[in-house]
Amino acid sequence: MVPLSWYLILSAVLFSLGVLGFLLKRNIITIFMSIELMLNAVNLSFVAFANFWNTHLPPGQTSIIPLSGQVFVFFVMVVAAAEAAVGLAIIIAVFRTRETLNVDRVNLLKL
Amino acid sequence: MDTKTFIIAAVIKIALVVFIMLTGVAYTTWLERKVIGRIQNRWGPTRVGPFGLLQPLADGIKFILKEDLLPDYVHKGLFILAPMLALVMSLISIAVIPFGETITIAGHTTALQISGMISSKGAISDINIGLLIILGVTSIGVYGVALAGWSSNSKYSLLGSLRASAQMISYELSLGLSLVGILLLSGSLSLREIVFSQSGHWIVGGHDTHIPHWFIFPQIVGFFIYLLAAYAETNRIPFDMPEAETELVAGYHTEYSSMKFAMFFMAEYVNMFTVACLASLLFFGGWHGPHLAFLPPLGQALLPVLWFALKVFFFIFLYIWIRGTLPRFRYDQLMAFGWKFLLPLAIANIIITSFIVAWRG
Amino acid sequence: MIIHQVLFIVFGFICVAGAVNLLVQRHPINSALSLVVVMASLALIYLLLGAEFVAAIQVIVYAGAIMVLFVFVIMLLNAGAEERTRGSSVALFVGVPGMIVLAGTVGWLLVHSGGQLGGVTISSSSFGETHQIARLLFKDFLLPFEITSVLILIAIMGAVVLGKREN
Repeated sequence: MVPLSWYLILSAVLFSLGVLGFLLKRNIITIFMSIELMLNAVNLSFVAFANFWNTHLPPGQTSIIPLSGQVFVFFVMVVAAAEAAVGLAIIIAVFRTRETLNVDRVNLLKL
Repeated sequence: MDTKTFIIAAVIKIALVVFIMLTGVAYTTWLERKVIGRIQNRWGPTRVGPFGLLQPLADGIKFILKEDLLPDYVHKGLFILAPMLALVMSLISIAVIPFGETITIAGHTTALQISGMISSKGAISDINIGLLIILGVTSIGVYGVALAGWSSNSKYSLLGSLRASAQMISYELSLGLSLVGILLLSGSLSLREIVFSQSGHWIVGGHDTHIPHWFIFPQIVGFFIYLLAAYAETNRIPFDMPEAETELVAGYHTEYSSMKFAMFFMAEYVNMFTVACLASLLFFGGWHGPHLAFLPPLGQALLPVLWFALKVFFFIFLYIWIRGTLPRFRYDQLMAFGWKFLLPLAIANIIITSFIVAWRG
Repeated sequence: MIIHQVLFIVFGFICVAGAVNLLVQRHPINSALSLVVVMASLALIYLLLGAEFVAAIQVIVYAGAIMVLFVFVIMLLNAGAEERTRGSSVALFVGVPGMIVLAGTVGWLLVHSGGQLGGVTISSSSFGETHQIARLLFKDFLLPFEITSVLILIAIMGAVVLGKREN
């Protein structure tokens, strides 16, 4: 029996590492991958709770469908895929004009 | 069956299957050279041993003794990782393939599948999502190709690997969609269940036609799509633009020599085996075949494995036959074919199959 | 159930090690490959949670398609290792302690609510099977499903338009 809190702690650690990567890294592709890491951390929480509600649902409660956590993971993955595709196309377009992948150098709109 | 016996049986099965698979790969290269030689009106290997049968052994010794080059400016970690990744991923998919029902040795009964288990009541079960595991492992195999070309730090390799990985991920879609028709007919993702639902005969309008209940008959379009998509996934003619000798020198494995090249080579042939095994499991009824009553009991227990081996051999021969006969597609023809013809055809196959399955009840 | 805890600790450790490696590596290709390792070990953790279909989809879609796209773009743009610029040093000294405090607070809260949350196990009943997810997806969640298919179509069109060369 693995306590649910362990899964949630792992999810929190992965999420905070993703936020760290998002704030610290300068390469736009690595920033993107940190976003994917954050989405994966959230998926882990969803799946852990889906399993949890399967066994710990109070009888007679119908508002929570236990397996909907896993269906939500499905939707998160679809959105992540769409976002990755469009984001990488934008990165390629930026690279073609600015010749750099460093976010600090894409600063033409700065005052 | 208790845990210790299960683990020992699994280890023995793994060793046996890997040994048979790698020997089969070696002799598939012999078969290929012989058959293509005959198609091209020449002999093929004849000198090393009778009929050239020891040629794979000679090739193996050559590969081991050749100098293993590590060019200067390659990205060392990925250069060494890529062929290992390709070979390991192709061998993993053998773990979920069932070769037959069960076999009983010295009082212990075990399923003829590395990941198959027999419950205490004697029912065989295997992984619920066997088909998805094979698709997943195929997806990870793309990394072997992509990283090989990039880490080689050479223009030809990079272009070859970009083309190869683009081709592989494009045809993965049609591959997956062509199998949905099978899922609709069998109702399960487990390979053993799919073979089980192909037992018996087709019953049309109350008569028993004596045609076996194989899924090739309703899913002939799905079979066609599966075969083409699988040929593109394994980078074989007519889809082998990424590694053709007359094109980009040798594509993504230009800079590889000796054992690493041999690993790519073996990975390609093991992928061919996996495709052949899947085609015979999903469309041709796996190990179902005529029941020969004159064999002794051990022979009868191994007869399903013989039928399965014959079907797999047919598909390997088909691979080699097509290689000797057809020219290769140009890259833009290849991509256009995958996206504009195969994908809509696979979707249409799914729609028609689901209508028919829903209409029949 | 000690084997369950041991497996979770092993795979969880691999996840965190991969995520830390993603941050530490300078070259984006190494970060991409460590993210693939994170996703693969997450798929194994999903198997521990009884979500077999989600685990397979994680490998096929996330690790096998989305990350291949990332590796493709890194190979195509041929960007080298990243350089250190001024902005990141400030964020390093403020951000890392901040995140450690945040994760530590959440962890402490979870550990000390310990008994009230209960545990998860590998249940023997059929849970997370493909046909159950399919039933939910195509009956209760049909509208979000159709909306996501429109979303993917829009994303495909957007990516094609943005990736075109102008000539």
